[in-house]
Amino acid sequence: MLRDVDLSGYQKITGKNVPRESMVASGHRACQGCVEVLAMGMVTRAVGKDCIVCNATGCMEIITSSFPQTAWKTPWIHVAFENAGAVASGIEAALTAMTRKGKRKGPLPTVLAFAGDGATADIGLQALSGALERGHKFIYVCLDNEAYMNTGVQRSSSTPFGATTTTSPAGKKSIGQSTRKKNLPAICAAHDIPYVATCSPAYHLDLMNKVRKAMAVDGPAYLHIYSVCPTGWGCKPEIGISLAKLAVETNVFPLYEVIGGRYNITKKVAKPKPVLDYLKVQRRFRHLAESDVAGIQKQVDDSWAYLNALAAAFPAPKEKGGAKEEE
Amino acid sequence: MGKRVGIEVSLAVAEAVKLCDVDVVSAYPITPQTHIVEELSHYVANGDLDAAFIPVESEHSAMSAAVGSSATGARTYTATSAQGLALMHEIMFIAPSMRLPIVMTIANRSLSGPISIWNDHSDIMAERDTGWIQIFCENGQESFDLTICAFRIAEDKRVLLPVGVNMDGFILTHMIEPIEFMDKAEVKAFLPDYKPQLTLNPKKPVSMGPVGVPEVYMEAKKQYEQALWDSKDVVKEVLAAWGKHTGRKYAMVECNGKKKAKTVFVTMGSLGETAMTAVDNLIAAKQDVGQVRLRLWRPFPKEEMKKALKDAAKVVVIDRALSPGGVCGPVATEIKSLFYGDKNAPKIYNIVAGLGGRDVSVKDFEEMYALAKGGKIKDDYVIWGVKSNA
Repeated sequence: MLRDVDLSGYQKITGKNVPRESMVASGHRACQGCVEVLAMGMVTRAVGKDCIVCNATGCMEIITSSFPQTAWKTPWIHVAFENAGAVASGIEAALTAMTRKGKRKGPLPTVLAFAGDGATADIGLQALSGALERGHKFIYVCLDNEAYMNTGVQRSSSTPFGATTTTSPAGKKSIGQSTRKKNLPAICAAHDIPYVATCSPAYHLDLMNKVRKAMAVDGPAYLHIYSVCPTGWGCKPEIGISLAKLAVETNVFPLYEVIGGRYNITKKVAKPKPVLDYLKVQRRFRHLAESDVAGIQKQVDDSWAYLNALAAAFPAPKEKGGAKEEE
Repeated sequence: MGKRVGIEVSLAVAEAVKLCDVDVVSAYPITPQTHIVEELSHYVANGDLDAAFIPVESEHSAMSAAVGSSATGARTYTATSAQGLALMHEIMFIAPSMRLPIVMTIANRSLSGPISIWNDHSDIMAERDTGWIQIFCENGQESFDLTICAFRIAEDKRVLLPVGVNMDGFILTHMIEPIEFMDKAEVKAFLPDYKPQLTLNPKKPVSMGPVGVPEVYMEAKKQYEQALWDSKDVVKEVLAAWGKHTGRKYAMVECNGKKKAKTVFVTMGSLGETAMTAVDNLIAAKQDVGQVRLRLWRPFPKEEMKKALKDAAKVVVIDRALSPGGVCGPVATEIKSLFYGDKNAPKIYNIVAGLGGRDVSVKDFEEMYALAKGGKIKDDYVIWGVKSNA
């Protein structure tokens, strides 16, 4: 499952040349403090104007496209909930065939699919798997806010253990979500695609550079972006970015990339903070007992150890120049 | 008339799609559609067709990829059948609402359960109200011809709607028939290059598939229904142009048998040819009988159908699909409502026949005729040839 990946076309973003223009105009209808739309904007900044966006049904589609208004400065298409991978496949195949046949000119625009965690981990997993396996050159971005937020905070397979949602409610006989979060980056990496990465909007340069690497590789790329949802998680809308940072600092959501099967942990946390710091600021976890928190801490530690073992066994080559990321 | 070649009809359809120089084919295999898409993938592999062949992982993705491709401006084709069409159902509504001129062959097959790979029209009848232009072929030549016509209809800027070309599974798809082909230049002279109106182009950004709030939803629906009704004139025009181009003339509704016949069969699809033989036999036996073949199912050619049936006293509508718990089969429902309130309405009988590949023979039609003539069909509809009272 290892392959050499050519990243020679990678155009790095530094603090000095951060692209200013988001392709998502302001004035959209996202909730106060929505980090998902912020993350989506960061992705489009890194990609630029020459792209086609394919959006699964979900919060981002609803808040940006109420006819006759649109927040999109790039071509944008929404078809249905579970098929962003398939629609993007069709777009990429059409661009490639039409270019070959002389029906369009110029380099291929970046084909970008956005979908939430439900549209990715649950209902759209098959279409995503098909698109990755077929090797279409596109970037699939999962904006993970860990539940079906658009329909009112129902659990998905990406909801973390212990979180209360409207369909995994905590109660006398329930801890809330009783299953562990589905490991989507691992599933995508298992498709033997050139590039997989996890990103956090609290580390915007890291996020945008992962987008740039995804653009550079020849084949499908998958980005899994941690997207704080104050409405669904029950946190203060102003703490979205600091909560995203806390998720990384506690190892709840580690930042790494898988380049042709080789791992690179892009944010190594020297002294991880206790998971409790992360849990206690969110209403979705407030029912948890001390022993539950200890159990979650163990899950986080185990996952972190597993990731480190993978990174030690299959290390990614060091990036040329070795420029230090932000922070 | 050009040279006729004996060929399996599926391969003739694939040839038609190749001659139309499609840019993208997205397809998932399902019996009895397979030979069409296998042949297309061979064309692509051998360089005979310059297209992207997307071997999708399901029919839902086949239609979704077709939507993405067509929205990008590519001439796009897919084909399916039965369960596959049912899996596409959700996206079937979205393609016409986005005004995307996708062409799809439907190798008509019965829907499960019980699972059956054989022919009837239950698959397409479940998609009746999706907003597609729906054409039915009667034989192999029609399947070849109407596939080419479908692209010209779909892509006409007065239409911009997807077209489903129905052909009976196995009965047509797997039959070897003599078919008159055309060369690329002849097809090119008939089918202009596709000039899409709006595409996903970064130089001219548009948003496709936005949210339709209650204030705009009905207007959007009305617009595309209007486009569907308006497409009827284009269908007529394209069929006429085809007749001129090839000498093979088709109409949305066609009559056969005795003029002003007292008893008239209405059929759709390949049963038309069986009925034709039965009608010929009955006329030879001095019976007053005729036949109407319905080629365009959506938009329904109301005026043409009413005109075709205006002199009939008895109409026997054959449905190859059951509408369980309904008043009668889908085609008969249309024809009954067409004559509602009409003082001169004929007596309309409905026979549901040939489900799940059950053979409907010339003899069956002759028996149906005898029952109708004798006024012996009492129920709203009869399910033909069921072996017990079960």
